[in-house]
Amino acid sequence: MIKAILIFNNHGKPRLIRFYQYFSEDMQQQIIRETFHLVSKRDDNVCNFLEGGSLIGGSDYKLIYRHYATLYFVFCVDSSESELGILDLIQVFVETLDKCFENVCELDLIFHMDKVHYILQEVVMGGMVLETNMNEIVAQVEVQNRMEKSEGGLSAAPARAVSAVKNMNLPEIPRNINIGDINIKVPSLSPF
Amino acid sequence: MSPSVPLQEMIRAIRSARTQCEERGVIQRECAAIRAQFRQTDNGGRSHNLAKLLYVHMLGYPAHFGQMECVRMIASPRYSEKRVGYLGAMMLLDEKQDASLLITNSIKNDLSHSNQYVQSLALCTLACMGSAEMCRDLAPEIDRLLRSSNSYIKKKAALCAVHIVRKVHELGELFVPSARSLLSEKNHGVLHGAVVLITELCERSPETLERFRKAVPDLVQIMKGLVISGYSPDHDVAGVSDPFLQVRILRLLRILGRNNEAASDAMNDLLAQVATNTDSTKTVGNAVLYETVLSVLDIKSESGLRVLAVNILGRFLLNNDRNIRYIAMTSLQKIVSTDHNAVQRHRGTIVDCLKDQDASVKRRALELSLALVSASNIRSMMKELLIFLSSCPPELRAHAASGIFNAAERYAPSKRWHIDTILHVLTTAGGDVRDETVPNLIQLITNTSELHCYTVHKLYRALLTDISQQPLVQVACWCIGEYGDLLLKGECQETEAVQVTEDDVLDALEIVLQSHMSTPTTRGFALTATMKLSTRITDNVDRIRSIVSIYGSCIDVELQQRAVEYNALFKKYDHMRAAVLERMPVIQKNSLGQTNGELSEEPIKESQPGKVKQEEMALPQQPAGQVCDLLDLLGGSQEPLQPSSSVGGSASAQLTAAPASAGGDLLDLLGGFEPTPLVPAPTVTVYEKNGVTLTLICERQSESGLTVTLTASNSTDSDISSFTLQAAVPKSVQLQMRAPSRDSLPAHGGAKLTQLVVLNNPNKVNLKMRIRVSYTCQGSVVQDTVQVDSFPGL
Repeated sequence: MIKAILIFNNHGKPRLIRFYQYFSEDMQQQIIRETFHLVSKRDDNVCNFLEGGSLIGGSDYKLIYRHYATLYFVFCVDSSESELGILDLIQVFVETLDKCFENVCELDLIFHMDKVHYILQEVVMGGMVLETNMNEIVAQVEVQNRMEKSEGGLSAAPARAVSAVKNMNLPEIPRNINIGDINIKVPSLSPF
Repeated sequence: MSPSVPLQEMIRAIRSARTQCEERGVIQRECAAIRAQFRQTDNGGRSHNLAKLLYVHMLGYPAHFGQMECVRMIASPRYSEKRVGYLGAMMLLDEKQDASLLITNSIKNDLSHSNQYVQSLALCTLACMGSAEMCRDLAPEIDRLLRSSNSYIKKKAALCAVHIVRKVHELGELFVPSARSLLSEKNHGVLHGAVVLITELCERSPETLERFRKAVPDLVQIMKGLVISGYSPDHDVAGVSDPFLQVRILRLLRILGRNNEAASDAMNDLLAQVATNTDSTKTVGNAVLYETVLSVLDIKSESGLRVLAVNILGRFLLNNDRNIRYIAMTSLQKIVSTDHNAVQRHRGTIVDCLKDQDASVKRRALELSLALVSASNIRSMMKELLIFLSSCPPELRAHAASGIFNAAERYAPSKRWHIDTILHVLTTAGGDVRDETVPNLIQLITNTSELHCYTVHKLYRALLTDISQQPLVQVACWCIGEYGDLLLKGECQETEAVQVTEDDVLDALEIVLQSHMSTPTTRGFALTATMKLSTRITDNVDRIRSIVSIYGSCIDVELQQRAVEYNALFKKYDHMRAAVLERMPVIQKNSLGQTNGELSEEPIKESQPGKVKQEEMALPQQPAGQVCDLLDLLGGSQEPLQPSSSVGGSASAQLTAAPASAGGDLLDLLGGFEPTPLVPAPTVTVYEKNGVTLTLICERQSESGLTVTLTASNSTDSDISSFTLQAAVPKSVQLQMRAPSRDSLPAHGGAKLTQLVVLNNPNKVNLKMRIRVSYTCQGSVVQDTVQVDSFPGL
């Protein structure tokens, strides 16, 4: 079982925290600080497994982490999970983020924290691995995002609106509408 | 307005705050605004308020006022609001909060919603924070969803079922049939969830495990499909087809095949195939191989397969990738007890990993090395472990030190080597060893009488170099006190001797006494050692007197007490000083013997606490014993010289109280001898009263050695508890009482109690023994004494 998923940057600022077991807010912040402390001490060429965190509980728990540029992705797991499997899972998660955000960077995680949560919900549920197929995850996330957008109407922020229309699959607009004798020419719409 | 824009504005504002204080100000303003907006009932921007609150929560600020808002959002018909509401519920609520009960109904309704994404939100929330009551209510719903045709919902329902089973174990029965049918799914996500569910069910209940054993052929089939099938773009990760599912299935097979021949046979071929076909150049392949190896080693596999598995682990060990080495060592740890020889072959590589830079790898290597120590490789392993100890990271030191001690104790090839090893550890990592090391080492030293000279010289030299490591200093002081005369003699066979004068020795001890690095315990050791030296040296007794009298006004109560008592020894009882400070006898392991044969009230079951109590009592008990024996010489004057302090434990306090009374009684009783005529027969009944019988068998072991076996039985109608025996003998006879076989006597002679007493009578005096019996019967304590004057077979 995965006990917690933490993403923080090189200075220890949390970018995403998800606990699958109840901890009070103080405990949560303490765990983040302790984990950052342990993980930041590590060289880049040592192994990705860490033991010895005392707060998050017990001798059964390991920290499995991966360092990408400015971010640490840390999964805290117990012995029922395969360590190498979790390493691969982190990779799958990051690649999914990359697909969803188009060349994801730290700013994307900062400003779209809720979106990252929704993507994570498709990968890990209740502390257990749910789906590992990247395409499947991305497809589901897209559908849900579309549903949400359709409720709010097309009143998105300008940038979002542009990208939304760009991605829309516009069907072929007939240039000539023949209703009997009348020939109406429809002006061609330039994409905006 | 898009839901996220206000959130992004707030995030920008927070990030632009330059100090922590400014950030707090921004967040407080935002939180106040959010709280105000929550209080308004209808609000278009509810979802982004909650999103902002969750962001603030992540940064560590209190967000509990959002809980009710979450409940309201979940009940909203809009998908965007539901989504944020459920996310908020998972982050802010848990079963301990009252608000979580309110969402049960919403979850129930949403589980039957027409939109599958709403259903999935409800399932996700239930799986994350569902309490036991919620699980019980909603379990039938989940079971229904497990049978639906939508694979997206099925896989989520499967994991939700796992959570339910973890919360309420009895509900596992409910899910067994659906779980079984899910195994025939094609969708990998559903299969994955099904395998996790089945694993959980099997781990919880052995009957379910039995039922699922019949599914082994199906699982084998699925695995074969994954392994043999060609490239499938959907599930491929770096050339391996759905490694996550493979790993899960292998784990389930492991659980099903454990301790079961039939199931293991069915899997043998498959495991062999996976082990040989999987590409091990990438991490994914290694993950699958690793799981295969673990499964092979855990089930009843054939020996060829086991050899293959251990070889794969050996290859992992030599891999350049540290991750692989780490997990290889983790798995070797699991099998070191069962396949010890196989792991021994890789000992060299493991010992090399001790020198790795990576702290995690070092930790694993240490654990494994300690497990691999055996009688044949102890010397070489110990060398490596000692090198490791001098350079190891501080968090591993204590563990390494205690591991080394255990290994040395079990496999020491010679006493001298053992003592050397312990001294080496104390000099390198003295601050991290456990407290019982000091008494253990002292006991070891006294037991090797031939090495006393060598030991004391070595310790003296160590003391001169460094007095910061407290355990080492304590042992050194004790030895110098005991064997100071050997040190001063200046000759030693085993090591080159140092010419030491009495002044040098006293200087060294004084430095320890006065140093700010010495703990009070160490000072106590040093003071006692100085005192003991007063009988072993000839010239500087006055110096010792002055040192001791200085501490008579020391602030530390312990030291002051000792100093005052030693002063008294100098002034009033100078004639007894030699006897009191005589050399200690050899301390036996596992025996509770002291010279006056006292027993502690609680039967000491493990040897370790027995040894510890032994050591702590040794110092004060020796003088107490001597004093009691001296008492009968002096004919009854009560001595105030009862050292009531002890080196450590409180157990000795209660015991030192006892010798005082025993001494007093012995005085009276030894005064008047009434020789009881004893029947000279091999088994002698020495005491019979109130249904309690005590018999005695005496056997001669050697010229002056004798063993006496005391047997007690109870023929009354009620049980007897806390049965103890105490014995006293004339002064020149040495007595040791071994631990009794039990401490209670059941009624009607249900069981007998035996206790062995070892006597040594070098002067061949007339042997008499006074035995005191004490027990509790029907709530009242009974004490009686009997004297045995003649021993048959003597």
